[in-house]
Amino acid sequence: MEKLLEILRDLHPDVDFENETGLIDNMILDSFDIVTLISEISENYDVTISAEHIVPENFNSVQALYELIKKLEDED
Amino acid sequence: MLFTSYSFIGFILLLVPVYYLIPRNRQWWLLLFASCLFYCTFDPSYLIYVCLTALTVWGCAMMIRMDQKTQDDYLKERKEEISKEVQKAYKAQHKKIREMWMILGVLINLGILVLVKYYSFFFGHGIKGLGAPLGISFYTLQALGYLIDVKRGTVDAERNPLKMMLFISFFPQVIQGPISRFKDLSETLFSEHEFEWKNISFGFQRVLWGFFKKLIIADRIAPVVNTIVSDVSKYRGAYITAVLVLYSLELYADFTGGIDVTIGISQMLGVRVTENFDMPYFSTSLKEYWRRWHITMSQWFREFVFYPVSTSKPIQGISKFIRKRLGNKGKKIPVYLSSFIVWLLTGLWHGASWTFIVWGLLNWFILMVSEELEPVAAKFHEKYAWSNTKWYKVFTWLRTLLLIFVLNLFDCYRTVGETFSALWSILATANAKVLFNGEILKLGMSGLDYFVILAGAGILFAVSYLQTKKGSVREFIAAKPYPVRFAIWFVLFITVLLVGAYGIGYDASQFIYNRF
Repeated sequence: MEKLLEILRDLHPDVDFENETGLIDNMILDSFDIVTLISEISENYDVTISAEHIVPENFNSVQALYELIKKLEDED
Repeated sequence: MLFTSYSFIGFILLLVPVYYLIPRNRQWWLLLFASCLFYCTFDPSYLIYVCLTALTVWGCAMMIRMDQKTQDDYLKERKEEISKEVQKAYKAQHKKIREMWMILGVLINLGILVLVKYYSFFFGHGIKGLGAPLGISFYTLQALGYLIDVKRGTVDAERNPLKMMLFISFFPQVIQGPISRFKDLSETLFSEHEFEWKNISFGFQRVLWGFFKKLIIADRIAPVVNTIVSDVSKYRGAYITAVLVLYSLELYADFTGGIDVTIGISQMLGVRVTENFDMPYFSTSLKEYWRRWHITMSQWFREFVFYPVSTSKPIQGISKFIRKRLGNKGKKIPVYLSSFIVWLLTGLWHGASWTFIVWGLLNWFILMVSEELEPVAAKFHEKYAWSNTKWYKVFTWLRTLLLIFVLNLFDCYRTVGETFSALWSILATANAKVLFNGEILKLGMSGLDYFVILAGAGILFAVSYLQTKKGSVREFIAAKPYPVRFAIWFVLFITVLLVGAYGIGYDASQFIYNRF
């Protein structure tokens, strides 16, 4: 989780990622951020996040994103 | 049958009462019949293309659904008997089958689109007897979006092929969008609707507002723009400056006006259609503009091209390769590469010509440069307090508006060379006097016409501003005492009737986006 927070903070240092639950709904992350984030995640976690996983429920909070990564790791 | 024609108004006046009089479970049948009739008024043979798209997409989506069911049933029955590895292999095998059906549907429909719209661009000559049906670019994207959504499992496949036909051919939106998602449109398109006065009155008000934009502003400007862009060697310098402003106003009034009519008519029928604009000319950056202009198209390209391409193995592979050499500097490579493909396709989607391709790639270039300069801009705003004031925001708004005006000019000329020549002449030709010595009044618009469009633009601005402050303007007016709201809508109705060219010699132009 700490690694993921680090990646997110690197993307937007001004956002309180630990408590934010509307990263997509509140338009904090845009499509460019999401794609950059996916590249960073694939570098660090060895999972592949594909287009069909890009839905607000998976990206609205750091917790949701972490759960997605765990799920994909389990599937692999 | 243009939205602003007498025949369309008669068509709606007949359709709406019948729609609410027939049994409610037959309403969607009537919409399907009306949609086919509407489409046939352009050319009955075009209906074959729409049927072909509806049938192929429906068939492929059903095959995906059946395969998913086969997989789920099999795994449910044998969950205890087979190992996780076998389950995984079985799922992967079926995922491939579903992918194959999706690809088949996409290829068939893109194939039709390429044959009728792009063949002559790529091969220099068209195919005899094949013409591009109206709205093919819109309904093809809508149909493919549905198919991909079914494959992703975000919507259930529609079992009734006639409902699929209605989803694709729904007459208010078939020729110029918005490009609706199945989950958004189907909810109200196939459901039963009771007569509600609010739907009729609010829908009619929206249609009236659309007519105001189209007939009073867009159609009035069109002759001047057409004259000026018809001869780049004759009309240069100040004429082009005038066109920059006039065409962007025309495009806005034309496209948003058309969508107002679409949403208004749909509301009268109880159908909710997605909004396509969010006051785009108030944007303070190009990125923001593309979040607010033609929203459904941008969303479509983001969901179905940008995300799949940027997360694809080849693009992620290139990204990893570059990052090994450049480090963190290469982290935005997937964004830049995928955006390039998106903007190339967005340009091509607008039309089979180099002007649209260059327009798309210019958008891409500006967006990517802005993205790369974002950290510099952040430091700039941190260092200089005056860059955070209201006046600086006005400056960024005007700067964005100018950029949009210049990009919009690529719609106007036949070739890229002519467009750049016209743009260059703004700086190179000193003929500002033509704007004041009466020459500009000889191109199809009188002084009174200029006054009308100036007043019209002022009203557009005021209404949009009111919208930012009060939300829905129709709700705002509806809350006023009866005489006030009656007066407002009556004046708008009379204005459209008298100033909106419904008089002698009425000849409304086709909507600009009908040709895309």
